[in-house]
Amino acid sequence: MTTATPLTTTPPIAVDKKESTASKAKKKLTSPWASLAAIVIAVLWTLPTFGLLISSFRPERAIKTTGWWTWFSDPTFTLENYQSVFDPDAINLADFFLNSVVITLPAVIIPLCLASLAAYAFAWMKFPGKNVLFIAIFALQIVPIQVTLIPLLTLYVDLGIANTFWTLWLSHSAFALPLAIYILHNFIKEVPSSLIEAARMDGAGHVAIFFRVLLPLLTPALAAFGIFQFLWVWNDLLVSLTFAGSPEISPITVQLSNLSGTRGTAWHLLSAGAFVSIIVPVTVFLLLQRYFVRGLLAGSVKG
Amino acid sequence: MFTTASTTTDKIVQMFAAILLFAAVVGLILFIAGRFAGKRDRTVAYLYLAPVVLMLSVGLLYPGVRTIYESFFNAAGDAFIGIDNYKTIFTDSEQLVVLRNTALWVLLTPFVATAVGMLYAILVDKAKGEAFAKALIFLPMSISFVAASVIWKFMYEYRPDQGNVKQIGLVNQVIVWFGGEPVQLLIDSPLNTFLLILVMIWIQAGFAMTVLSAAIKAIPDDIIEAARLDGVGPWGMFRFVTLPAIRPAVIVVLTTIAIGTLKVFDIVQTMTGGRFDTSVIANEFYSQSFRSANQGLGAALAVVLFVLVIPIVVYNIRQLRRSEA
Repeated sequence: MTTATPLTTTPPIAVDKKESTASKAKKKLTSPWASLAAIVIAVLWTLPTFGLLISSFRPERAIKTTGWWTWFSDPTFTLENYQSVFDPDAINLADFFLNSVVITLPAVIIPLCLASLAAYAFAWMKFPGKNVLFIAIFALQIVPIQVTLIPLLTLYVDLGIANTFWTLWLSHSAFALPLAIYILHNFIKEVPSSLIEAARMDGAGHVAIFFRVLLPLLTPALAAFGIFQFLWVWNDLLVSLTFAGSPEISPITVQLSNLSGTRGTAWHLLSAGAFVSIIVPVTVFLLLQRYFVRGLLAGSVKG
Repeated sequence: MFTTASTTTDKIVQMFAAILLFAAVVGLILFIAGRFAGKRDRTVAYLYLAPVVLMLSVGLLYPGVRTIYESFFNAAGDAFIGIDNYKTIFTDSEQLVVLRNTALWVLLTPFVATAVGMLYAILVDKAKGEAFAKALIFLPMSISFVAASVIWKFMYEYRPDQGNVKQIGLVNQVIVWFGGEPVQLLIDSPLNTFLLILVMIWIQAGFAMTVLSAAIKAIPDDIIEAARLDGVGPWGMFRFVTLPAIRPAVIVVLTTIAIGTLKVFDIVQTMTGGRFDTSVIANEFYSQSFRSANQGLGAALAVVLFVLVIPIVVYNIRQLRRSEA
């Protein structure tokens, strides 16, 4: 995200000017008050997570009797908390972690496939009712998922798929479609029509054009939406609480939330559990930051 | 395949089966579309749109309409009671607390989060280690609200002030260090609502910072240079150059955070469960629908949420389009 000034492309005189601007800017920013303010915010924002992270490696007794800041004068280290949250007879976090994976992958792939088809149709085909349908789908983005939950639950019970992963896959997919179609459509629309025309001249049908011409170009948009949806589903609590009440299928967020409600003072378990649950989204964030931000911006009105 | 999976193998098999099933649907559609190659677009287009239209109708449209309908029925959902549920929401003393809290959330979160995000974006702009400094603030955005709530619940932990008991929550420890008495931070109302709001601000500030930082970097250098040559100071620079230039981005950030805040459920659910006068509409919807088994009131709360979201979303989309154009 940082934009380095390409000095080589500017004429020599401009270089001097640029440098003076840069040095002035630097002077402004190295003003001690500005730096201090930035550091204070950064520390305030990091400290809560840091405290819980330290605690997750402290013995249960130590967590319960002394503050985590005493760790600096009296450092102790244990992996017992992490062992306890994975204990199959108690918290059993491994199973919930697996559930999260099983829920998330189809809930990302299904809407991506279906939305690509729809976005292609909207961008490159002519058919009656196109604009009305597109606006209708776009408008569906504003429906809060709360509005849909109870009727959907009744529907799933009637269909006999209540308490299966299908409830989550189908719900998450449906909720994702309006945004996915919107993002992909905006992207496909930007592909130069000459490219499509050329392929058509070569006798390529819609299927061939979609796979050979568009799909390779679509990768950044697919990645942006894919990551947004991945984190949305992985971090979701409401949809899972509603449809996945039983421990066989509920994700890690539900188990962590339950733990916080039923054993709110078991900080050795809560701290380790919290970090097991955030390891995946944080890794995704660190590896794919660029796409992540893009997806986040595009998806800002979802939900 | 459509049953509750219980073993690890079951789960993984089901997962791949689901992905394959939808891949097969897409394959079938493409295969049929291939038969129509060269003919009119119409058939192919409807074919491509069929699964999406089906899923949206069943998954969003029908449930939405159904909920509006049910909001006019009683707790069990079997007797029409007109607008009584809505009357309850706007007159019942407990529900009024819910509305008050929702108002506090929606008014405070966007402005404070945006202010902090903007300040930080300006402070670290072009500074050494900018990317790292930004990642620190942005990280809370990637974790779940549940995990964020656990992190902050630990910050707010309270131990009674007696004998040798030491505080383990940082906030109360700071209070003690300054000579105060520890406070039951999550139980004392209305303080607890403000402390829950702080968690949302903590999460959203990173979003505000990222968007506003991009907007600040997009301000042309010559404008800044010209202002500087005119002797504009740092405050004037912010007031007359930066702020007007990033105004559209600020509005998008404010409205986006407001929408997210209106729907906030996870934080309240995980930290207090809505007790001690901390409930908000999105949480009250869940409590009424699933705990108190009051379907009608739950539905009405969902509809109120919907109605509150609409104007902000419309405004947001308008601004978004304007800033894109």
